[in-house]
Amino acid sequence: MNDNVLIQVKDLKKHYNDGEIKALDGINMEIDQGEVVVIIGPSGSGKSTFLRSLNLLEMPTSGQILVDGVDITNPKIDINLHRQKMGMVFQHFNLFPNMTIMKNMTLAPMKLLGKSKEEAEAKAKELLAVVGLEDRGDAYPNQLSGGQKQRVAIVRALCMEPEILLFDEPTSALDPEMVGEVLDVMKKLAEDGMTMAVVTHEMGFAREVASRVVFMDDGVVIEENTPSEIFENPQSDRLKNFLAKVL
Amino acid sequence: MSDLVAQFQLNFIDGDRWQLIVQGLGRTLVIAVFAVVIGVAIGALLAIIRSTYEKNGEDMKKRSKGRYALLSVLNFFAKIYLTIIRGTPVVVQLMIIYFIIFAGSNNDTLVAVIAFGINSGAYVAEIIRGGIMSIDEGQFEAGRSLGFNYAQTMIYIIIPQVFKVILPTLCNEFIVLLKETSVAGYIGIMDLTKAGDLIRGRTFSPFMPLIAVALIYLVMVMILTALVGRLERSLRKNER
Repeated sequence: MNDNVLIQVKDLKKHYNDGEIKALDGINMEIDQGEVVVIIGPSGSGKSTFLRSLNLLEMPTSGQILVDGVDITNPKIDINLHRQKMGMVFQHFNLFPNMTIMKNMTLAPMKLLGKSKEEAEAKAKELLAVVGLEDRGDAYPNQLSGGQKQRVAIVRALCMEPEILLFDEPTSALDPEMVGEVLDVMKKLAEDGMTMAVVTHEMGFAREVASRVVFMDDGVVIEENTPSEIFENPQSDRLKNFLAKVL
Repeated sequence: MSDLVAQFQLNFIDGDRWQLIVQGLGRTLVIAVFAVVIGVAIGALLAIIRSTYEKNGEDMKKRSKGRYALLSVLNFFAKIYLTIIRGTPVVVQLMIIYFIIFAGSNNDTLVAVIAFGINSGAYVAEIIRGGIMSIDEGQFEAGRSLGFNYAQTMIYIIIPQVFKVILPTLCNEFIVLLKETSVAGYIGIMDLTKAGDLIRGRTFSPFMPLIAVALIYLVMVMILTALVGRLERSLRKNER
């Protein structure tokens, strides 16, 4: 185990109905600092459940999730402090519709990190400029396109200065012409060294940006390798089948 | 025409009977306003208990057995309260509270305020809970994923959205409550309805007093509706 490990998942299980349904059935994984881990797999494979377990939006049935060496599944720890450091981007953006973009971005830093309004807004403006939305701070989420909403959702998470960003199918709810602008932002983040775990169906993104691709099916990791190995040289039949369908 | 004038003279002017109407209206307003305050307070409390149990119960069970046990008990009593209050007529509740629970009390207005407040609380509770449950789960998750705890997520993110959603239904409940106070006469309170009825009994002419009472209720409801409509519009302006 090297010093760069940010998240270590040990034998993670998520069962429903007393074990009748096994959404996750023993996942082991490490995510290093600066890594971009892309998780692919057929729907129902448990990839979203796994990602949502990483910040305990899903409570695992058993297993451990170590973040910076601390087991966050331990009920004694304050999960809210850990979530501050683990940003999340959702399929349906989940911006707060009753707040301006600026308020969406400054609420958490002001209330949770104790930043002043000026400080929080300066940071928010800086980040909005990075995603090309510097003039939309006063707009409400309804006034933005899907792609713009998702870019805001990404920078809202970044305002908390997280150690890792979790993306749960960030482009699945977008019109096709808007997928690119969101993937571009994610690519830029990856290049800047952001640690990311991404559940996606965008194989092009996985191939180009991922440092590692994880293929999941039936709640277990079937194969895990560099993008070129996964896509050019798949080992298991299930991965071959999956790739034949999506590529 | 002259007949109507004579009727008006008989029912409202003679013996200063209009004062009965004014007194009754005052009593009705006092009961309704304070009952709304109590109803909203009880309703908010019950809604918080019930929705916390539904939304955060599982999480709490893992983190603190003691608090979960307390919440379960509170939720249980909240459900019993809702069942009893919503399952029996308000007039019966009013009489039980007046003749049994507060038997011997001579402040009948206070008893009416308590009775209507308790009654309205049950409906307000379900309105608020419905509002909370109607907010997309993604809003909770977004709040929690940023690091807000359950209470902060509710206060900063959910409640402001809930308020807007429930405003029309809540307004409806206030209208119902205002009109329901018309049964206060059952415990001898001279509210607006009772005042009209009293005049009718003295003058043996039902038309004027009863129509007057109906019109006064109608005007009050229209004013209330207009005020809430204005509030709704100003809240909507914030979006879009």
